[in-house]
Amino acid sequence: MIAHLPILQVIIPLMAAPICLMLKRAQLVWLFSLIASGLAFAISILLLQQVMTSGVISYELGGWQAPWGIEYRIDKLNAFLLLIVSGISTVVLFAAQTSIEKEIPKNKHVYFYILYLLSLTGMLGIVATGDAFNVFVFLEISSLSAYALIAMGKNRQALWASYQYLIMGTIGATFILIGIGLIYQMTGTLNMYDLSQRLPEVAQTRTVFAAFAFVIVGVCLKLAMFPLHLWLPNAYAYAPSIVTAFFAATATKVAVYLLIRFTFSVFGLSFSFTTVPLQTLFMALGLIGIFAASTSAIYQRNVKHLFAYSSIAQIGYMIVGFSLSTVTGLTATLLHLFNHALMKGAIFLALAAVIYRVGNIELNNLRGLGRQMPLTMAAIVIGGLSLIGVPLTVGFVSKWYLLMALIEQGWWPVAVLILLGSMLAVVYVWRIVEAAYFKAPLDNSSPVKEAPMSFLIPIWTLIIANIYFGIDTRLSVQVAEAAAQSLFGVSL
Amino acid sequence: MSLSLEVILQLAILLPLVSTFVIVATGKSPNLRESVTITTCVLLIFLVVNLYQGLSAGKSISVFWWELLPGLTISFDIEPLGMLFALIASFLWLVTTCYAIGYMRSHQEKNQTRFYVCFAVAIGAVMGLAFSANLFTLFIFYEVLTLSTYPLVTHAGTEKAKKGGRTYLGILLTTSIVFFLLAIVSTWFVAGTLDFKIGGIFADDVDKVIAGTLLALFIFGIGKAAIMPFHRWLPAAMVAPTPVSSLLHAVAVVKAGVFTVLKVCVFIFGLDLLAVLPTTQFLLYLAGASVLLASLIAMRQDNLKARLAYSTVSQLGYVTIGALLATSSGVIGSSMHIAMHAFGKITLFFCAGAILVTLHKSKISDMRGIGRQMPLTMIAFFIASLSIIGVPPTGGTWSKWYLMMGTIETEQFVLMVILMLSSLLNIAYLLPIPFHAFFPNLISFKTSNTSLDTTEISENKASSFDIKEAPLPSLIAIVVTTLGCLTLFIYPQPLFELASAVLTGRE
Repeated sequence: MIAHLPILQVIIPLMAAPICLMLKRAQLVWLFSLIASGLAFAISILLLQQVMTSGVISYELGGWQAPWGIEYRIDKLNAFLLLIVSGISTVVLFAAQTSIEKEIPKNKHVYFYILYLLSLTGMLGIVATGDAFNVFVFLEISSLSAYALIAMGKNRQALWASYQYLIMGTIGATFILIGIGLIYQMTGTLNMYDLSQRLPEVAQTRTVFAAFAFVIVGVCLKLAMFPLHLWLPNAYAYAPSIVTAFFAATATKVAVYLLIRFTFSVFGLSFSFTTVPLQTLFMALGLIGIFAASTSAIYQRNVKHLFAYSSIAQIGYMIVGFSLSTVTGLTATLLHLFNHALMKGAIFLALAAVIYRVGNIELNNLRGLGRQMPLTMAAIVIGGLSLIGVPLTVGFVSKWYLLMALIEQGWWPVAVLILLGSMLAVVYVWRIVEAAYFKAPLDNSSPVKEAPMSFLIPIWTLIIANIYFGIDTRLSVQVAEAAAQSLFGVSL
Repeated sequence: MSLSLEVILQLAILLPLVSTFVIVATGKSPNLRESVTITTCVLLIFLVVNLYQGLSAGKSISVFWWELLPGLTISFDIEPLGMLFALIASFLWLVTTCYAIGYMRSHQEKNQTRFYVCFAVAIGAVMGLAFSANLFTLFIFYEVLTLSTYPLVTHAGTEKAKKGGRTYLGILLTTSIVFFLLAIVSTWFVAGTLDFKIGGIFADDVDKVIAGTLLALFIFGIGKAAIMPFHRWLPAAMVAPTPVSSLLHAVAVVKAGVFTVLKVCVFIFGLDLLAVLPTTQFLLYLAGASVLLASLIAMRQDNLKARLAYSTVSQLGYVTIGALLATSSGVIGSSMHIAMHAFGKITLFFCAGAILVTLHKSKISDMRGIGRQMPLTMIAFFIASLSIIGVPPTGGTWSKWYLMMGTIETEQFVLMVILMLSSLLNIAYLLPIPFHAFFPNLISFKTSNTSLDTTEISENKASSFDIKEAPLPSLIAIVVTTLGCLTLFIYPQPLFELASAVLTGRE
């Protein structure tokens, strides 16, 4: 059993999806999906433990040996990602039943859970697999289900948002496929580990350069890196709230993982950062992304839009850490992956609770909610403080590492810019605080009650995690550091 | 009490925080809630005094809480400067609570439970800040202090309060995150540690340019010290209820700022290094400019609280100057000025609040003649003004004396002139207030004839007023802090001992 954990991780949600179709009753399906996701979470914990103690786990699918068959290869990096994805998925799913009650017609509830599980499968698969083509397959599974999930949003704009995402996502996936095809042509292998051995020989060919360009652009489309982010705000804003919470905390993280995997493991550090000037390019784009997206966030009237732009800005921070190509920089990025998932998971769940009670999420509708939904609004404020990077929250930890990484390399001006960027976060977070706490509720609105427990429990689980991992940083820092070091080949 | 000093130290930080739960629980009954607060204040003073005795007995008291990141710890260690700050803050908390009970009730403020809760959190943060053993711990409590005082500043919930809150939080958070945090991370990178150590933590061969830049980052980053151009938050914070302005914005928050400046100068850089850094002179002049400009602006304010706020900005500059002078008399002067200014300014604010609740006046131009109605308050105002100006028989004399000594020792004659000029300006913007209060019709000092006449008329008219002082708890508070100003002149010994022990370590 233990030996099969890497595949079970992916198989469980995959198998659970069709079973849901047979269970029919929405409540049962919810419970079943929750269990499936919970199992995946438990497995990811076991895997992480195993990897941390005994190193890389290689699992050969169907017993076919590695370069020919599909290999699942779990190292510290993807064990960490599996933990984030399955953990957030489980917590978010907890609130799903209450939330979709008001946002999705009853007859579609079962399909919702099926798509959710498929999407989860896709993400876990992308992360777990060690095979480049397999990545593409799972990418399509997660993307296709994502398009359908977003289209379920209750406004008509959801269809348009989903369509936009479909076009952009498909271009991205196609680019990745082309890239993978080109490197397959050059090396004759799809196994990532094998690729990393063979690519250096042919590194100086135009084909490999083209492949690299295709893969990077494709991945950057998926991770909504500035200026390829245009699909994200609408997709997040019009999707059902639960879907937003799930994707905001996981989907872009998985794409960042792919970026790291392809640049560091497959193409190799020296190719990605020495032969190709990725550093300057990404540093600049990351910084522009932080400022452009944060500024847009300030001017949004819809709170979901606001935090969607904030997500793009946070991706900018990850990109800046990544572009440094140092152990500390990568540690900062990985930490921020984890920390940002906690913040945005909590914030978007809280927004889901507001939508459940108030019906929509325009800034004006938040008026007076500080009194009417104290726990939910407090959660948004703490999540916001974490975004800003106030000490004792997780946001501070990743900011600290990012600053260290920048100063280590002598990038002082960038460090100042990063900090100025987080001041923009103060502005947009405080717009919400002022709306919620300083404005009296609109006259014609009926009194609003606090969110139900099925929301409060997952929201506060994540908020407490925000504070806990801001104080007890051993788990996140150790794993992130170890993963970064192993990617750089530093022996421990 | 058989508690060990280490336990007492932790209790002193935790007690105010824990009390918030009790305050919330008893929120329904104001009397019970206020007695909880008072009890907490008294207990806190007891704890801090115990710590003081421990420190005087030469014991080292330190506590380690948690290692956040490798090498970055939350830990506490008591040294004389922190002790001094904690003593002042805890004592004045009691006085302010007493004052606040009278003020908040007669002003019929809403959300009083939230008020007392945030107040307690802020005091807890001050205790943590005063006792922190390294810059990192200090930074955490620094931010907690900013955030916990935000609801107090915006207490009224009006549009004006919201605006003031924006400026308050905007400046304090921006400076602390953009400059202060950057300075901390860089210090950590350059020096490899953040622990406070006498003589500083930088290596002897540290690059002077880098260290100089860091010093500038620190001085600008510690926005709570209100060095111009980052002083705007302090006048903005005056929208808060007066007890908040008096304790937090005359004592706790601003003193936390200059305390941090002193800590950084003495324990991170060390006086020897500080004296040779290229930016020190520039920052000294900046602080000097801050002293002078703020005094000038204060003269033009008609709102009493705004005038006091700018006066605070100016006085905070004194402390920064003392720290940057990098001599022992400068540091002693600064440390003492923290205490002296605290007592003087809190009294002035108490008076301003008392005038507001009893006579509903906030403009200085409306305050002519109120000395007849509120004689005690205005006498207190007069004495406290003397302390701010720095003339006997008030405590302010001593700190200004040492600061002057510092400028003379280091031959900073420009600064000496600035300090003297500023004292003159203090006279010009503080003393007319009690003066006009007692002699309302004395319009100008130019022609002695008219002034004599008008004085007589005013005395005839004024006799018809009834005495109408502030509510009793508030009045007690005013008297206590005024006596404090006087006592510190006659008996500054313990304070002086603490201040002079700052440089040598434990007494």
